[in-house]
Parts: sequence; structure tokens; C-alpha cells
Amino acid sequence: MTETIKHHLNDAILMAYAAGSLPEAFNLMVASHLSLCDSCRAQAESFDALGGEVLDQMRNDEVADLQPESLEATLALILGGPVDKPHVAETNVCAVLPKPLRDYVGGDLEAIRWKPVGMGVKQAILPTSKDASARLLFIPAGTAMPDHGHHGTEMTMVLKGAFQDEDDYFARGDVEIADSDMHHTPVADIHEDCICLAVADAPLQFDRLIPKIAQRFLRI
Amino acid sequence: MLWVEHVARIRDDQDTQAFAELFAHFAPRVKGFLIKSGADASLAEECAQDVMATLWHKSHQFDPARASVATWIFTIARNRRIDLIRRQRRPEPEDLTWGPEEEPDQEDVLTLQQETEILGAALAELPDAQRELIEKAYFGDLTHSEIAAETGLPLGTIKSRIRLALDRLRHAMK
Repeated sequence: MTETIKHHLNDAILMAYAAGSLPEAFNLMVASHLSLCDSCRAQAESFDALGGEVLDQMRNDEVADLQPESLEATLALILGGPVDKPHVAETNVCAVLPKPLRDYVGGDLEAIRWKPVGMGVKQAILPTSKDASARLLFIPAGTAMPDHGHHGTEMTMVLKGAFQDEDDYFARGDVEIADSDMHHTPVADIHEDCICLAVADAPLQFDRLIPKIAQRFLRI
Repeated sequence: MLWVEHVARIRDDQDTQAFAELFAHFAPRVKGFLIKSGADASLAEECAQDVMATLWHKSHQFDPARASVATWIFTIARNRRIDLIRRQRRPEPEDLTWGPEEEPDQEDVLTLQQETEILGAALAELPDAQRELIEKAYFGDLTHSEIAAETGLPLGTIKSRIRLALDRLRHAMK
């Protein structure tokens, strides 16, 4: 199912995900993409492995001395704590949203609480930490998103349908990574309504006046 | 095999001697890692104990065909850091559909062990300037821009050094 993905995450984002330095909204994007993309999942595991080696090879002056009774305290913690039961992976889930997104939405597509943004476009903002934002977007088939530029980094992943911008075609699992010098006009594919996950570390700036005013209210 | 037997002894026999040996190696590293990430010494101590206790409780989830013990402990410590210090959730990818009850294939375990050794050697052999940036990226909880601010190096230099380091590591893994 994953061979069709053409637009992947890059090293910088995968490494930051492994290091744990991304804002929550970006972690949600990466976890959602990895759920759909085996090759990026393998890359992400390599970056975890690199983290393991960095930890293992810490120099003596970086290693911290423990409290004198540290081991005993830990063994006491172990006796007090519950042993985790092996958890069985969910199988046969036939969902459009990958598991990390279902956890935020509280279910699959039917659980999304859409708010209209105009021109048939709808969005649902997901609750993440304030340093970045995550939202689901619904774009009717053949509809253009308002032309917008970017302040910071924005990533958009298709979950259903497809969209096209000046350069490329994006289908389920594909991620478009845009930065501040990029101006583009994505258009949803004519055959099907498009649902995307979009994350940004700064608010989008719309070129037209009305969306610009609306931006303040809609937290786009 | 490095540490894998220790985890198996903890899982199968609740072997406190095996745990003590793992603890002596990894707990000071986890604590140092957390201090470098901005935790004070007492929070780092508490958190390191917690990470090591988690290792015991989750020992049946460890799959030596997918990760080394060091990698597994690193991921537990990283997640604890995000949870405790940054107070954020860290979404994880959907579980793959294989069950944890399956015994890992010994050949896969060996392959992973060998790859880990090659990666470790390649990391140790990186030029200091490249290796330091990799460490900062993992330890400091820093973005590339923040590393730039801290080191005074231009952002482009940092990005290209990290890219060179990753190229070298990938080359070694071929």
C-alpha cells in the first residue's frame, strides 16, 4: 500500500522526530506519515538507532553521577509499579485516518467536527501545544485553496483524494513541505473531495483581504 | 550479545543482578542526557530511575530484531523527556500488525546487532566537528536554528555538516 507514496519526509524532520525536538503538531504529522509509509518508518528507526549509539557513546564528562541509593530506589519503584501487559496491535482497522490522528480526533472521519471556512472549504483544528498548529482540511473536488504564502514551515499530507499545485500531484500519504519563500495555489483533484492534515509553525498568510481578516478568527 | 541477554534475564527470571549491570551502564547516561536537555539534577535523577523502572516493566515488549538495547532505552528516555520536561504528547506511528508474542528470528537479531556495531564504529570515527553537531541535535533538544545561535555557526554550515555526517554513516552501513 505504501509504494505509491512519492513525496516523503526529509532527513532533517525525521532526525528531529527521533531527537524529540519537534513541536507536538509536527510530531503528529510525522507519526501519521510513518503509519502510511514503510520507507520513512525504516529511516525513522535508523535515526532512533543513531540516538541509541549517541547515548551509548557518551563521554565520561557527560555521564552524570547518580544518587548513592539510586539503584535501590529504582528497584523499589519496580516492586511498586504494575507490569505492563503485552498489548496487541489493532488489526483489521479499515480507517481513512491513521491511528495517531484517530487519537486526536476521537474516531475516524465521521468524528471530525468541521467548521466552514468559505467556498466549501472546511477545517478542524486539532488540540496540540501552542508552538505550532495542526488542522484537518476538507477541500471540495476541483476547488482551489485561497492563494497563500508561508511565514514558517508548513507541511500538508493528503489523507483522502488528491491535490495539485503548480509543480506536483499529491495523493494519499504524500507530504508537501513548504517554507516561507513559497507561494502556491493547491487545487483539489476533480474526481474526489480532498482531506488533508496541515501543520504549520506560523500562521498562514492569505493574499486576499477577506481571508486575511478571517484569519484572525479562524486561526488558520 | 550486548545487553540483549540481560533484558531476557530480567523478563524471564526477574534477575536483579542483570538489572544492576544494565543500570550501572545506562542510568548515568540517561541522567546525563536529561541534564543536557535542560532538566535540573534532581528531576534528571528521578526521571532516570523512572526510565530504568520502565525498562523492567516493559521488558517483554523489547524486540531485539528491531532495536538494540541502547536504542530502546534512548527512545524511552526521549519520550519521558517530552512528557515530563516539555509536557507535550508525542504521537507514535500506528503499530505494525505483528504480535509481540512471536519469538524474534535469531538471524534478524544477529543482523541488527552487526548493523548496530557498524553504526557505532562509524559514529565514533566521524570528524569531531560533525560528531559534535549530531550529539547536540540529539542531546540538546535543539533545532538547527537554536544550534546556530548557540555555536555561532551559520545555519547553512550546520545543515551541511549534519548532511555530511549522515552521508558518512549511510556509506558505512552499505
